[in-house]
Amino acid sequence: MAVLQTLVTLLYYALVAFVSVMLVWNLTRTRDWKQEVLYVIVLIPFLLRLFRLK
Amino acid sequence: MRKLLISALGLVLFATSGVSFYQSRRLEEPVVLSDGVTDVKRLGDYFEGVRGTVNDANLYFLDSGVPGATMLVLGGTHPEEPAGRLAAWLLAENAVMEAGRLIVVLSGNRSATTVTRVGGAYPPDFTIETDWGERTFRLGDRWSNPLDQWPDPEVYIHHPSGQYLAYVDIRNLNRTWPGRPTGTLTERTTYAFMELVRREGVGVFIDLHEAELQYPVISTIVAHDRGQELATYVSMMLSDMEFNIGMEYSPVNLHGLSHREVGDHSDAVSLLFEAPEPFLDATRGRTTREQLLTGQDEFVMKAGEAGLLFERIDERGWPIAVRVGRHTSTVLQTMEAWTELNPDRPMRVRGVPRYAEVIERGVGHWLRDPASAPVSRLRVE
Repeated sequence: MAVLQTLVTLLYYALVAFVSVMLVWNLTRTRDWKQEVLYVIVLIPFLLRLFRLK
Repeated sequence: MRKLLISALGLVLFATSGVSFYQSRRLEEPVVLSDGVTDVKRLGDYFEGVRGTVNDANLYFLDSGVPGATMLVLGGTHPEEPAGRLAAWLLAENAVMEAGRLIVVLSGNRSATTVTRVGGAYPPDFTIETDWGERTFRLGDRWSNPLDQWPDPEVYIHHPSGQYLAYVDIRNLNRTWPGRPTGTLTERTTYAFMELVRREGVGVFIDLHEAELQYPVISTIVAHDRGQELATYVSMMLSDMEFNIGMEYSPVNLHGLSHREVGDHSDAVSLLFEAPEPFLDATRGRTTREQLLTGQDEFVMKAGEAGLLFERIDERGWPIAVRVGRHTSTVLQTMEAWTELNPDRPMRVRGVPRYAEVIERGVGHWLRDPASAPVSRLRVE
């Protein structure tokens, strides 16, 4: 159980990192300022979790 | 340029919120040891599985040197029930044992003190005014921090009973007794506490809690089978002399709770005390520090008028001093009753305020100034 939990947690963090990178990538690509704001706002909770702050 | 500006604003938001979360997770809570504290151990001394983890709690030992029984008082099982932690704090900073031993824990689930309820708009901390300044405490939550234990299963199967419990309760310290050495952090924590209880020969185990007024188990002592006589005696004495408090039997088939499992898996008499906390009620108004400490809430009062509560409430609310005082008096009364029932294994203590004294002088009066204490008598939770 504990081993499985650790594995799932690692996968979860990998997923969070992947989504964060994709959000940053999309942020660099878009030309619509509303979407830029949206990407930045959505990115914050992902970064907070990635850095184990909340 | 626009992109950079928006990103910079995002970075500022991330940094400010990140610093706030970082600081509240690591807020240091000082403890000024009472003259009666003879030793401070760690939970990891009793089970390697929690050593060095966030839940490697401080254990404050108060040994009178006079033979008698040992009582363990556990605060912080559910940190968002602060009267439990604060009552334990008053013991650690004021109690001096005259017979028997007392072991005090301030952060039963330390991981749960480092997080607040997601979506609950809980304040991260609260401050108690004292005679010399103020003390700030982490508010915490009912469950271990997901940063320390994650993910939760679809269904939590309690060990060793096999009973199905709510999935989130695998992070609830009061649903994981008697614990499991190879389990999750929360299960390992309760296992470590069971090892402490067994190896130190604890005679009376007390778990301090608070409850919402819409919950039927409130203002009461929940007692294991072997603690029923003791709890009844305590309930009668307190209800006659200080405040109304009931007594309830620990359900035999409800597993994972300390009042059931500690008694079943050790020689200790296990008791759980509940005080009223309107802050936890679903019908509460704004979830503020003031509401937490005053226990005043017009919406909970409305629920009372509609007959939805199991405890009375009026405009005076349930101030923190009343809730803490209930706990200190119930602990003291339990010691007295135990000594009457077991004169060959006495427990006697001095220095701890009772209900009326806590209300009269406030909780802060009984918290000592860390700045004027020698470093050797200071600890951090």
